[in-house]
Amino acid sequence: MSVSRPRGDAPRRNRTAAAGDRVFLFVVNAAVGLFVLVVALLFIELVAGSWPSLHKFGFKFLWTSQWNPVTQQFGALPLIYGTLVSSLVAIVLAGVVGILAATFLAEFAPRWLARPLGFVIELLAAVPSVVFGLWGLFVLAPLVRTVIGPALQKYLGFLPIFQGPISGVGMLTAGLVLSFMILPTVTAISREVIVAVGGDLREASMSLGATKWETVARVVLPASRAGIFGAIVLALGRALGETIATTMVIGNRPQIAASLFAPSYTLASVIANEFTEANGNVYISALIELGLILFIVSFVVNAIARLLLWVVLRTRS
Amino acid sequence: MNRSLASRHTASWIGGTVTALCALIGAAILILILGYVAIAGARAINPAFLTQLPVPVGEPGGGVANGIVGTLITVAIATLLALPIGLLCALFLALFGRGWLPEAVRFLSDVLSGIPSIAIGLFAYTLLVAPFRHFSALSASVAFAILMLPIILRTSEEAIRSVPRSIREGALALGLSEFATTMRIVVPAARPAITTGLLLAIARVTGETAPLLFTAFGSQFWELNPAQPMAQLPLQVFTYAISPYESWHAQAWAGALLLIAAVFILNVLARLVLTPRTER
Repeated sequence: MSVSRPRGDAPRRNRTAAAGDRVFLFVVNAAVGLFVLVVALLFIELVAGSWPSLHKFGFKFLWTSQWNPVTQQFGALPLIYGTLVSSLVAIVLAGVVGILAATFLAEFAPRWLARPLGFVIELLAAVPSVVFGLWGLFVLAPLVRTVIGPALQKYLGFLPIFQGPISGVGMLTAGLVLSFMILPTVTAISREVIVAVGGDLREASMSLGATKWETVARVVLPASRAGIFGAIVLALGRALGETIATTMVIGNRPQIAASLFAPSYTLASVIANEFTEANGNVYISALIELGLILFIVSFVVNAIARLLLWVVLRTRS
Repeated sequence: MNRSLASRHTASWIGGTVTALCALIGAAILILILGYVAIAGARAINPAFLTQLPVPVGEPGGGVANGIVGTLITVAIATLLALPIGLLCALFLALFGRGWLPEAVRFLSDVLSGIPSIAIGLFAYTLLVAPFRHFSALSASVAFAILMLPIILRTSEEAIRSVPRSIREGALALGLSEFATTMRIVVPAARPAITTGLLLAIARVTGETAPLLFTAFGSQFWELNPAQPMAQLPLQVFTYAISPYESWHAQAWAGALLLIAAVFILNVLARLVLTPRTER
């Protein structure tokens, strides 16, 4: 295509080949066009589907807290609250454990241990969410009800988030399951970012007499701050949109309660539970609007995370 | 830095140990889940479970054969949809794209990979279910294909990019057309890594449940027509798990074991395809 061939007297075979190339390039471009179209269509279809609800409730959809199919009044606040808080619990837990695990894999672990251990943690990302949900429902929820919950209440019960009856399914259980699900994301990406920190920084610190841990804690981790933040934001995106596992363990009650032991509901879970039973345009459209909110939030969150990681990994390598 | 050297070394040792513990926690979670699913699932799995249709509550036996077949069909159609588009887009990104467009497509693909599957399921619903007022396995395949696209696209791009430029230029210089060079030289050279990406994409959607709720919808019967609602294994696991019946819970564990085995085999295969060739 970039090579100019003599015109007119070109052998026949070359001409058919050139025509074939034009078709081929057209097909390649068409595939890219189709891809971009699909992403655009995703957004357009979700907006179109949620139009009746957008029209009826406007922005107050976001901050009213009545979710009532009977009276056809829909406000997403309890669902937004449930989504945010369950994700926040997950991010705090998975963030701490994941960053430290990544530090071990990148800095402390011998090579023979780092590779298999990293593989095992990443395999956690491959577990289907319905399996997480099943395990959460039958193993973790009883454990929260009988062991974890009472222990938290005993020692930290003065905090409002650990008060009230412990139902087993609820915000805490959902947060725990979500944290397991996003742990591989945090670990794998933080590890990549930590590894990308230049060796010269490490050597300079060590040669000044700093111990391994001082080098890691005061030089390497601060240097990878932006990238680790990117990893956390990316994991947050995952947690916000996770559906089936959350649906199975969060209790599915649209309420705003201070206690993490109380049942709650998330944007994604409501769609999963109510969509096929929804009757009436406004109800269906309100559910699609929840999907639209999820789409926009994940789009923004992912865009931020990707930009951060892109900048970090590009400048380092 | 006026602390004694000994205490600083102790601190370093503690730091290393704490990080090691965190890595072990991560691995332990996987092993706990795997172990539980393996034990609870193995107890309920039997030939009937693999070969029979579901039975109503109370009747003994019954299986998820229709769900297994349904999942295979749905994922196969999704693969047929996603692979050509993903591969062509990857060729564009790695070889033919100029200017800002490749970077924009790459960014779009990365962002798409973070969109919740339920939102993509809703899209498939509004596009392919609502207009026809009819659930179908095909609509689930479309949702799955969109979930697979970013994975196929980015892994294939990396794979094609890693094929040395000189090979491509040599083929072009020898008079091969662009099409022949790409399809007979470049893509075959990148095939192991492309296969890895494809397997990972298949693994990603095999256990996916959320979009199925309002696309494939599930079925109690043998249904092999993709234009109809079709049974799906992940959906059966979900339904059985949230049911109040003890016997169904056992079946949920068995189904979970099948799913997890399938996904893990795909993941390990994905690594095996790649490693021997790159290390040769």
